Amino acid sequence: MPIRRDKRDRYVEIEVGVPQEPLWVRCEACGELVFRRKLQEHHYVCPRCGAYFFLSAQERVASLVDDGSFQEFPPPKIPEDPLGFRDQVPYPERLNRARQETGLFEAVLAGRAAVGGNPLVLAVMDFRFVGGSMGVGVGEVLRLAMEHAERERLPFVLVVSSGGARVQEGVLSLLQMVKVVRAREALARAGIPYIAILTYPATGGVLASIGSIADITIAEEGALIGFAGPRVIEQTTGERLPPGFQTAKFALEHGMVDAVVPRAKLRDELIRALVVLGEQT
Amino acid sequence: MTEDERLKVLEEKAAELRRLAQENGLDLSAELTVLEEKIAELKRALGAGLSAWERVQLARRPDRPSGLAFVQALCPAFYELRGDRMVGDDPALRGGLAKLGEERLAVIFHQRGTTPEEQRQARFGMASAQGYWKARRIMEVAARLGFPILTLINTPGAYPGVQAEAHNIAGAIAACIWQMLRHPRPTLAVILGEGGSGGAVALAAADRVLMLENATYSVISPEGAASILWKDAKEAPKAAEQLKLTAGELATLGVVDEVIPEPSGGAHTDFQATVEAVREAVLRHLAELSALPLDELLRLRYNRYRHVGSANPAH
Repeated sequence: MPIRRDKRDRYVEIEVGVPQEPLWVRCEACGELVFRRKLQEHHYVCPRCGAYFFLSAQERVASLVDDGSFQEFPPPKIPEDPLGFRDQVPYPERLNRARQETGLFEAVLAGRAAVGGNPLVLAVMDFRFVGGSMGVGVGEVLRLAMEHAERERLPFVLVVSSGGARVQEGVLSLLQMVKVVRAREALARAGIPYIAILTYPATGGVLASIGSIADITIAEEGALIGFAGPRVIEQTTGERLPPGFQTAKFALEHGMVDAVVPRAKLRDELIRALVVLGEQT
Repeated sequence: MTEDERLKVLEEKAAELRRLAQENGLDLSAELTVLEEKIAELKRALGAGLSAWERVQLARRPDRPSGLAFVQALCPAFYELRGDRMVGDDPALRGGLAKLGEERLAVIFHQRGTTPEEQRQARFGMASAQGYWKARRIMEVAARLGFPILTLINTPGAYPGVQAEAHNIAGAIAACIWQMLRHPRPTLAVILGEGGSGGAVALAAADRVLMLENATYSVISPEGAASILWKDAKEAPKAAEQLKLTAGELATLGVVDEVIPEPSGGAHTDFQATVEAVREAVLRHLAELSALPLDELLRLRYNRYRHVGSANPAH
């Protein structure tokens, strides 16, 4: 179960994907009932306490790109359930459920788009899809997106929302870390810029690979940025976590990101970055 | 009594010992070791092979030969490089420049510690940010000098700690993977014991990946997978089967190029024989890789990881 911070920076457990009453949404951090329209206007940030709600990949894309400019890439051909993994729920069943709940093929949505008139390749991860975890499917979507950016000489922008590697694909998930770093190396060789936007959560194998090696790294204000999740650290080491640990501000203060930006200003921030990167020739 | 019946009796005896040890807080590890070795030998004789969970136990044995022991046995000369040149050093991840046969190379290895004090300092081989920043630095030294890189992997995983996060352990792991992929000479990884998650893959983005017969390589510990997916850490043996983390299974998946056989009973029962098997495999693979022109070496490396896990052929 995911966790998020309340306004005093404590961690609060929340449910994901629980159907909510259509017109009103309860903020899990402060308990306030918020009119859904009002929440939308506030970019899914609680108007009362400032807690960040999850954005679906589709909502995230819409919040960043020029209207109507997003063209999704076709889904890659991948082996489903490469290990034949069975826990309490067979893995193919988990995948199908995630697909139905999110309307996505995998935990990342990628395509061509324009932002402020700048053409680019955009990939957006979605935490609702098996925790935004990276298995072969996510690795393939990211590889193909980066190769498209390389071929078309377009900047590559990735929005990270991932708990890490996908357990059900075993070591093949771990090796997707190598796959996406390899694709990023090809971008570097071609001189194509890469911008990472870290959101809630940017953790585990995704942060320890593609999430940490962009040319420009922007953290959304409500982000959680860290290799190990806060509870894993507490349970393994017994250490008390300092206030503000693994927040966007923490990442900025420890030299991991270039900027911390509120959700409402992310699109403008991205445009500012694209302007200095210039057109790729 | 048939062999099968004997095996069953021994296994029941071992289970009984474990129960006694747990219930009464007794240290019966010496007795258990003798029994486990007998069981392993018998299984081998029966051709049954060990279960994934049994291999996990073998890979984790505190008396399994350490990374440093292998380096000292393999390399007639070794000069250790210490420190990440930023904030510190890490005894859990070590490395330096070495000679192996006629080859000069950089060696980077996890060190779990052999005494309780060493184990505590090395956090049982869970390397922290300093370790991975240092590893990246050693890789850069190797690139400048034109040395191949040999990594020896044995870690439960990267260290989950407050300091590790403050020093960007995720960035350090990513930097190691990137540097391995860019390295302008052959890279070879050998998984000696536990190949735990991000802490292992940081050193495993190599041209060839070899595994000792009873080593494991996994995205998560069986206990971790069991508590997430079965909501019960006691289901770890089941999770170990499902994760396909043994050398044999990973060779079948094409993730591992060669399985280096261990003496019956495990690497700890005959270190010298294990070292010789590792030496032979390492020298052979390094010679094959060194014979390739650089552009061919990089092309093969890039193709290996371009399609890993997907339907397309790996080569």
